[in-house]
Amino acid sequence: MTNAEIHDFLEKAIGENNVMLFMKGTPEEPRCGFSLRTSGALNTLDVRYAALDVLPDPRIRQELSGLSGWPTIPQLFIGGELVGGCDIVMEMYEKGELAERLGADMPEDEDVEPAPAPGEMPVSNGPIPLENKLNR
Amino acid sequence: MGSGLSKSPGRADAIFVDVPSADQLKTRIEAALPDAQVRVEDLTGGGDHFRAEVVSGQFDGLSRIEQHQLVYGVFGKEVGGAIHALSIKTSTPGES
Repeated sequence: MTNAEIHDFLEKAIGENNVMLFMKGTPEEPRCGFSLRTSGALNTLDVRYAALDVLPDPRIRQELSGLSGWPTIPQLFIGGELVGGCDIVMEMYEKGELAERLGADMPEDEDVEPAPAPGEMPVSNGPIPLENKLNR
Repeated sequence: MGSGLSKSPGRADAIFVDVPSADQLKTRIEAALPDAQVRVEDLTGGGDHFRAEVVSGQFDGLSRIEQHQLVYGVFGKEVGGAIHALSIKTSTPGES
């Protein structure tokens, strides 16, 4: 797969998925604490989202940062627009802004930290097959 | 250093040069945003996971994402490279 193909694939993923998360690992098996917390926030809000693991090929990350202008992973896009990384997503989550933006309800107990244990982590219902296309 | 450690001095030097310190990050942010109050913490002590709290009037009128990009911009490609992770909290002097 060429860099241009990866670039096009990423643009398409961002355009076609209303809530698109680029992370290290998967929502079921995050490989980094920042990715864990970010996908955990989305899981807690019970929203539908697509997730792509950037780890299988370093070029995914290069191309993604090239098109988003954001240097780190995770990166969350909503409606085709970069919302931010872990810090911004967590701050928005805590202030209820993320729920509002996604039209989701905040969980009853607002003090709950959105970092569910692996065993209880809800399976993301987003169009996950994305990742297989890049994972040669 | 004792002579017993002299087998690969070049390599040891390189390691020290490559690892940024919290103070260096603070100095560089302050140089780029002269009015800023900056606190930088090395979260792991390993020189690769940092947290920066930056208060600056230059953030006024910028979205949160633009504020963070301003701070990331100070380090360019080092973020994600030598600086593996830089967690950022930004605010303007008026905010708490």
